[in-house]
Amino acid sequence: MTIALDRRGLLRGSALLGAAAAFPAWARPVSPGIVGPLPSLSGEDIHLRIARRMLMVDGRESHAIGINGTVPAPLIRLREGQQVRLHVENALDEDSSIHWHGLLLPAEMDGVPGISFPGIRPGETFTYRFPIVQSGTYWYHSHSGLQEQMGHYGPIVIDPAGADPIVSDREHVIVLSDHSPLHPHAIFRKLKLQGGYFNRRRQTLAGLLAGRDQREGERLKWAAMRMDPTDISDVTASTYTYLVNGHGPEDNWTALFAPGERVRLRVVNASAMTTFNLRIPGLPLTVVQADGQDVRPVTVDELQVAVAETYDLIVEPREDRAWTIVGESIDRSGMARATLAPRAGMAGEVPPLRPRPLATMRDMGMDMGGMDMGSMDMRGMDMAGMDMPGMDHGAMKHSMRDFANAPEVRKTPAVQTISPMPVDRTGEPGQGLADAGHRVLTYRDLVAKARNPDVRAPDRQMRIHLTGNMERYMWAFDGEKLSAVTAPIPFAKDERVRVTLVNDTMMGHPIHLHGHFFELVTGHGDHAPRKHTVQVQPGGTVTFDVTTDAVGDWAFHCHLLYHMHAGMMQIVSVRPREGEAA
Amino acid sequence: MRRALLPLGVAALLASGVAQAQEMDHAGHDGMTMSAAPAPPLCPPEHAAMGHCKPAAPPAPMPATGDPQCPPEHAAMGHCKPDPHAGHAMPQAMGGGTALPAGNAPPPPATAADYADRFWGADAMAASRAALRREHGGMAFSQVMIDLAEARIGAGPDGYRWSGEGWFGGDVNRLVVKSEGAGAFGGRLDEGEAQALYSRAVGPYFNLQAGVRQDFRAAAPRTYATIGVEGLAPYWFELDAAAFLSTRGELTARLGAYYDQRVTDRLILQPRIDLNLAAQDVAAAGIGAGLSEAELGLRLRYEIAREFAPYVGVLWRRKAGRTADFARASGEDAGGAALVLGVRAWF
Repeated sequence: MTIALDRRGLLRGSALLGAAAAFPAWARPVSPGIVGPLPSLSGEDIHLRIARRMLMVDGRESHAIGINGTVPAPLIRLREGQQVRLHVENALDEDSSIHWHGLLLPAEMDGVPGISFPGIRPGETFTYRFPIVQSGTYWYHSHSGLQEQMGHYGPIVIDPAGADPIVSDREHVIVLSDHSPLHPHAIFRKLKLQGGYFNRRRQTLAGLLAGRDQREGERLKWAAMRMDPTDISDVTASTYTYLVNGHGPEDNWTALFAPGERVRLRVVNASAMTTFNLRIPGLPLTVVQADGQDVRPVTVDELQVAVAETYDLIVEPREDRAWTIVGESIDRSGMARATLAPRAGMAGEVPPLRPRPLATMRDMGMDMGGMDMGSMDMRGMDMAGMDMPGMDHGAMKHSMRDFANAPEVRKTPAVQTISPMPVDRTGEPGQGLADAGHRVLTYRDLVAKARNPDVRAPDRQMRIHLTGNMERYMWAFDGEKLSAVTAPIPFAKDERVRVTLVNDTMMGHPIHLHGHFFELVTGHGDHAPRKHTVQVQPGGTVTFDVTTDAVGDWAFHCHLLYHMHAGMMQIVSVRPREGEAA
Repeated sequence: MRRALLPLGVAALLASGVAQAQEMDHAGHDGMTMSAAPAPPLCPPEHAAMGHCKPAAPPAPMPATGDPQCPPEHAAMGHCKPDPHAGHAMPQAMGGGTALPAGNAPPPPATAADYADRFWGADAMAASRAALRREHGGMAFSQVMIDLAEARIGAGPDGYRWSGEGWFGGDVNRLVVKSEGAGAFGGRLDEGEAQALYSRAVGPYFNLQAGVRQDFRAAAPRTYATIGVEGLAPYWFELDAAAFLSTRGELTARLGAYYDQRVTDRLILQPRIDLNLAAQDVAAAGIGAGLSEAELGLRLRYEIAREFAPYVGVLWRRKAGRTADFARASGEDAGGAALVLGVRAWF
């Protein structure tokens, strides 16, 4: 006897059991008067129109770019194994594009102007054609200029060809993003003129006198290095409103559930610049998918969602009450907020923002003799009085930009620091979450559900440094901005390469490789988690194995929009070996 | 278990049944040990021997159980608390894949990033390719910074003063125009100058600047060649040092430094020092050899916006040595204290 493990069947079943919701539940008008239903598009032929529009956030109107009239763009729902034709009309007065983030497709359909194709000119319609060879939660966004910041992004859900092994009664798509009334070019210009422009919570004399933040001795040491421990996020709530599915915190976007249901949350961080710490106080979150790839279920209380990552979570709210979905920005200057409730109009308790984190010596790639500073509370700690085994502060000062530690890096003004002792931080919670006091997801908790498709040993290995200068707001790989790079990073087709990313900056970077998945080297052998984007913690390293099986030129960049725009991007070329057919 | 439940065919039961099964799957891995597979070194010995790289210290092997982030010896020192669940995150021994050491094959030959040409043509790609490079690190910007624009009360006749610069260019190469000057209200311009400089980033923090300076002062108009550095010193001191060689062969120099002490996030106290030096007397300009003039300022500004901050402050100026003698000889004060009111603004 066979039973269709079909999502729709399950939803119908749960509807029979009295659930209120039809499907798809994403962006239903659960709070009447705030938004109409955002459409879900599916089928072989999908039509998308990129155009300017106004966006209403928390009662304030601002300029935006939408697709088919909405911000975020419509949910595109596809099925593994189908062919798709996406007809994209550009109704802007400038070039545009859509990049299908995380989808495996031919290089010429990847949607990066200047790398994959020429872009879509104003008034033109470009048709993307490709087969859908995977399933999971993904998203799409502009790769032209800074359009993504203005609302040009939307979710993609691809159902597996067969039954979905992740069973749920209901799904919600949770698209996190950041929105500013400032034009993105104004934001970028301000950052270029004054790197800390949006940081409105630096350490102050008043704070010192009140005993807050670092003590005097520690402040002096950081000042000697020209390093600011409050520099966690370049663009903050001083200009951003953090959105859930296009709604501000006051809008109280509400996701409905019936008590006792298994609810699947498809979380996409579609922000330009914001790393979110996601939690639903009172509800455990079971991570079942990361970057669209099934992982062994792991239950946590909070996870850090880097820009461009996606996570599928299962929650099982049993009580007839409202919960708050909290997406705190990494610098804790603001939060995205939504409600998970059995009925519209309900609101859960909104927790206050937690104290802002301060960067630590570990975030500068100074391991302090192997001590785990990550799990220690650095606030109020007197570093001067501590005996740091194996560490000489004097020597440290001089080694902050020692190129002997990074022979691959070009000696340019784009390199402010070289991490003297970078360590693999994939076993640590994200920046600022070490002392969260509850279970926080680390990359090492992720284990692929299926055996990796390629389990060969890497043929070779390479190291790429993530470099930056926060004073000049320059960002680059290996000290060289894309504008100065003359050749792509070469790979042969079907090579297996071990790549180590070394973060020489004090800021986390979500690094995204187009057209491929890579397997994180985190001790899980042939069940390594597969990702398209990986957050490299400040002062940390991430190692992954990649099979370069997709011929073409591919973008490889930091997904913090303004870091990419400042030059933190390169091109990866994958070519058949000599004598091989293309 | 999952299969046993399936024939029940009741959606809700099915859902919760699978949920249980998933939980049990997960629980079933608890207690298993992971293989102690040390990560392969990035610098294999044969490369190190050839001087191609320096081997890193071998990574500590993962303990089979316990918290890898908190080894027992550190826990014993009270540096950390081992996480009892840490070891359980590695569900089972898994060989192959990422557990295997990497080889050291050479990279493939360099290529050109021209793959898209075969689909869209090189001509069609050219403009977007140029835009890609320009937009990712190659953009130029400009700024006008009015550092000081203030009224001065005391230390001689009440007067005004300005100091500011504008620049245009990229991250490394810039054109900079600087101007500063002072005068008495309703009186003559005491001093006024403009500089046009080429500025080049010579490190993460400092710019080397060279160009020309023109003085407007009627008493001693001069044109100079100038070279200097400007940048951010350790402890967040802003520094500006320049030497000037006039067309008449006179060598002078100027050193400036300030520090922004944030009292609160918007209230900023700025101590500032400016020193003028001369290699010889320039009698016509009333400048004597050595330290000619020093100024100490303390300004408290309030950032209404980052771009607009009114301030109030005090300053103390003093002409020194032979410069003071020149001043006294012409009936002027050698210096004194003054109150300043002004605004710092940029756009």
